[in-house]
Amino acid sequence: MALPEKQPVQKKFIDPVAVKKSIGQRLVVNNVTKVIFLIGLLFGLVVLGILLFGVIRDGAAWLSLDFLLNAPSRRPANAGIYPALMGTIFLMLLIIPMIFIIGVGAAIYLEEYAKRGRMTSFIEVNISNLAGVPSIVFGLLGLTFFVRNMGFGSTLIAGALTLALMSLPVVIVSSQEAIRSVPQAMRHASLALGASKWQTTFKVVLPASLPGVITGIILAVSRAIGETAPLIMVGAAIFIARAPEGLFSEFTALPIQIYNWTSRPQADFQGLAAAGILILMVILLTMNSLAIWIRNRFSKRY
Amino acid sequence: MDTKLTTKTAEKEGATIMNQPVAAQDSVYRVDNLNLWYGDDHALKDVNLDIKQNEVTAIIGPSGCGKSTFIKTLNRMVELVPIVRTNGVIEYNGRNIFDKEYEVEELRTSVGMVFQQPNPFPKSIYDNIAYGPRVHGVKNKKILDEIVERSLRGAAIWDEVKDRLNENAYGLSGGQQQRLCIARCLAIEPDVILMDEPTSALDPISTLKVEELVQDLKKDYSIIIVTHNMQQAARVSDKTAFFLNGEVVEFDQTDRIFSNPSDKRTEDYISGRFG
Ligand SMILES: Nc1ncnc2c1ncn2[C@@H]1O[C@H](COP(=O)(O)OP(=O)(O)O)[C@@H](O)[C@H]1O
Ligand SMILES: [Mg+2]
Repeated sequence: MALPEKQPVQKKFIDPVAVKKSIGQRLVVNNVTKVIFLIGLLFGLVVLGILLFGVIRDGAAWLSLDFLLNAPSRRPANAGIYPALMGTIFLMLLIIPMIFIIGVGAAIYLEEYAKRGRMTSFIEVNISNLAGVPSIVFGLLGLTFFVRNMGFGSTLIAGALTLALMSLPVVIVSSQEAIRSVPQAMRHASLALGASKWQTTFKVVLPASLPGVITGIILAVSRAIGETAPLIMVGAAIFIARAPEGLFSEFTALPIQIYNWTSRPQADFQGLAAAGILILMVILLTMNSLAIWIRNRFSKRY
Repeated sequence: MDTKLTTKTAEKEGATIMNQPVAAQDSVYRVDNLNLWYGDDHALKDVNLDIKQNEVTAIIGPSGCGKSTFIKTLNRMVELVPIVRTNGVIEYNGRNIFDKEYEVEELRTSVGMVFQQPNPFPKSIYDNIAYGPRVHGVKNKKILDEIVERSLRGAAIWDEVKDRLNENAYGLSGGQQQRLCIARCLAIEPDVILMDEPTSALDPISTLKVEELVQDLKKDYSIIIVTHNMQQAARVSDKTAFFLNGEVVEFDQTDRIFSNPSDKRTEDYISGRFG
């Protein structure tokens, strides 16, 4: 068989000269957009840097062991954040199991058990909507339902339930995503071995989605403990000398204590507020790093 | 490799000849007028098959002809697709698997399945094998150890993994993962093993290993294997069913199907004229 003679490929639509010319233009656009994005990034970083700098400058001098262990006081030199810090820690310890059990349970139900249909989509859309509801609205709900109707009063449990309710939509949606990302093949492998649906969910799907679920929970909790508005609505104490002693004792939390100090005129209290912000920030950064670490360490590749 | 293949074929022919007088073997599956629809899509049409114990039955046919659908019906995995409807009867060891009181969990413990894509759990090699027995209530560590070793040996992968049982199964090669999945299936001590194109994602050497394994497992299990590779069907199976558009065109001894098919369409397919 004779080889056909090599013909130069006819270019019909792409004109090399025009291409050459337009490449120059495109590269200019390319560089301009790059600069714009860089400015955007720098703007965010610079503002954050200025804020951090201000807070550290004002607050660092007030940080000490006494600051962590003392109750707030009218004399700035003696003032500490112990009750607020403990309040925040207790809130976290209460919220995490609540949103884990209810949030993951709801996500498992929606993803693994609920029949796909109008009702399920309706519920899912509304959960997503709830994630966008302002936190103060959840505060109002907490005030009406937990504080008044259930008769809990302005107690730790009322605050924790309110914050848990506020976090739930985000936890459900992120858990659903984590569960959905477990390949169908994993479920099939388990079911084909004679495992029941519940065994498959509990022993295969849940462990495989756990990194994503936990990341979602940590992010939701770190948002919740930075919230002020809902806690003010349920009546967290503005001034309190002791850490909460039980579910039904009065409580306060870090953002409330910070808010309280910033609303005072004296410069010393501004310093205390800055120190409080630093503590809150350390907690939040720790939680977020933990979330990132879990995601990188345990996330599964299929 | 060539000599090996020839001896394999010779063995197989010997076996077939020896099998002939024992035609009265017990059936594991008797499929009687099985029809299956995905919504309005009629995917299996009046399928009738009689599958014998300790034989390898190959299911061949072009893409989309219903091979996977059929094999997934045998352990009722097909019902995971919500729009599926079936009618007809599939008797497994004399019991209709569609009976209300037949629990799918019971059926699937007795009928193992190996999938097209190796699908180990993201767990250790040990936990992959122990998963099935644990699900069925085996807790004793000694017994689990024994099951794990026996299953891995049964799937001819023990020597390759015995020193890394606690490592994640995802560190294994594709071919090793597939044999691990076969071992995982053996661990529930099934009577039947269903395989849906188990080698289509594997390289030639891994494919050969799995094929040898199938030959080896035949002693103890009845095997139903889907393949789009006709040489594979010819190499490993005793009987072959040719599916086309959801129908069984021909079901016979493998050597008959490949040497002297009675239907023109079978002949066209195996001679590579379509599919
Ligand atoms: N989950 C499903 N939903 C709807 N139709 C399906 C589904 N799976 C398979 N089918 C249809 O059933 C027919 C047979 O498919 P399948 O059994 O996968 O064929 P094969 O395994 O022989 O390639 C095809 O027409 C396919 O489109
Ligand atoms: Mg298929």
